[in-house]
Amino acid sequence: MTRRTRLFVAALGGTGLAVLLVAACFCLPRFGGAQHPYGDRVVRASLARHTANTIASVNFDQRAFDTLGEMSILFASVLGTVVLLRQTRDEHRAAPEPEQVAVPVRRFALLVLPVAVVTGLYVIAHGQLSPGGGFQGGVVLATALHLLYLGVDYRALERIRPVGFYEIADALAASAYLVLGLAGLVAGTAFLANFLPYGTFNTLSSGGTVPLLNAAIGMEVACAVVVLLARFLDQAVEIEKGGEK
Amino acid sequence: MDDPLIVVALVLVAVSATAAVAVRDPARQALVLAVLGTVLAVLFTVLQAPDVALSQLAVGSALTPLLIMLSVRKVRRPQRKKEADR
Repeated sequence: MTRRTRLFVAALGGTGLAVLLVAACFCLPRFGGAQHPYGDRVVRASLARHTANTIASVNFDQRAFDTLGEMSILFASVLGTVVLLRQTRDEHRAAPEPEQVAVPVRRFALLVLPVAVVTGLYVIAHGQLSPGGGFQGGVVLATALHLLYLGVDYRALERIRPVGFYEIADALAASAYLVLGLAGLVAGTAFLANFLPYGTFNTLSSGGTVPLLNAAIGMEVACAVVVLLARFLDQAVEIEKGGEK
Repeated sequence: MDDPLIVVALVLVAVSATAAVAVRDPARQALVLAVLGTVLAVLFTVLQAPDVALSQLAVGSALTPLLIMLSVRKVRRPQRKKEADR
């Protein structure tokens, strides 16, 4: 195939794709219309299962299997990071020296830290009721801990963050999601079926298995992000080139 | 598209996204990315998707810039040491 033929084929394919995309765009519903056929069905289903936050109902009940896939992606990518960013034979660990932190930064970080931790826990706990949920709250919780690195130093962060513990908790949370799914198979009708009583609408315990799956995701994401950041921080702060000392 | 709030949010997203591409220094790019993440969160909130906005705020304006900053620091550190040795 000569260069000219290849260009022709690429141009033909590109033009065809562009025409199809533009044609498809003209058939889309208008921006911000009043008709939401999928939305209406999803809201009806989530109200029938006493879950106030429709998104949580989709994520952890109606499409809980998709969330299992997403969780596995995060788990696998963190596992890959742990393998890739390990300490190799030609590297050594140098203890980072404590550095001066500007007083306003320290005050701000230590003031925001508890607020951010409580916010993260709140967002996880109220996933089935208000916007947010395990993923969002987990990331908030994990990044909140790292305010300690900003406000004090790396050693203070390491003291409250035993990485091994978070690695185990990450795996446990991922298994908890699977076990809850299998429990649906045993006690209910299908894998990840919502087999628990739905409870009173708009209370913390409503939604059947939704709060439990949500909590498992919250724990998984928080631990995964802590482990991920720990590996990056180790590389950026501690591990240096050169043989063992 | 007739809501002025949506138009303002869209323009802000376009401006900060262009800035993120135009800035060449990775460390500054991380900061611009954090701004872009916040602006995108505002856009999602305006479009009535608070769940997505929360994820965007947590990942786009906190986690991703932090990971970029740490990577930049790791890449630049040996160079700094060499300069100190001279």
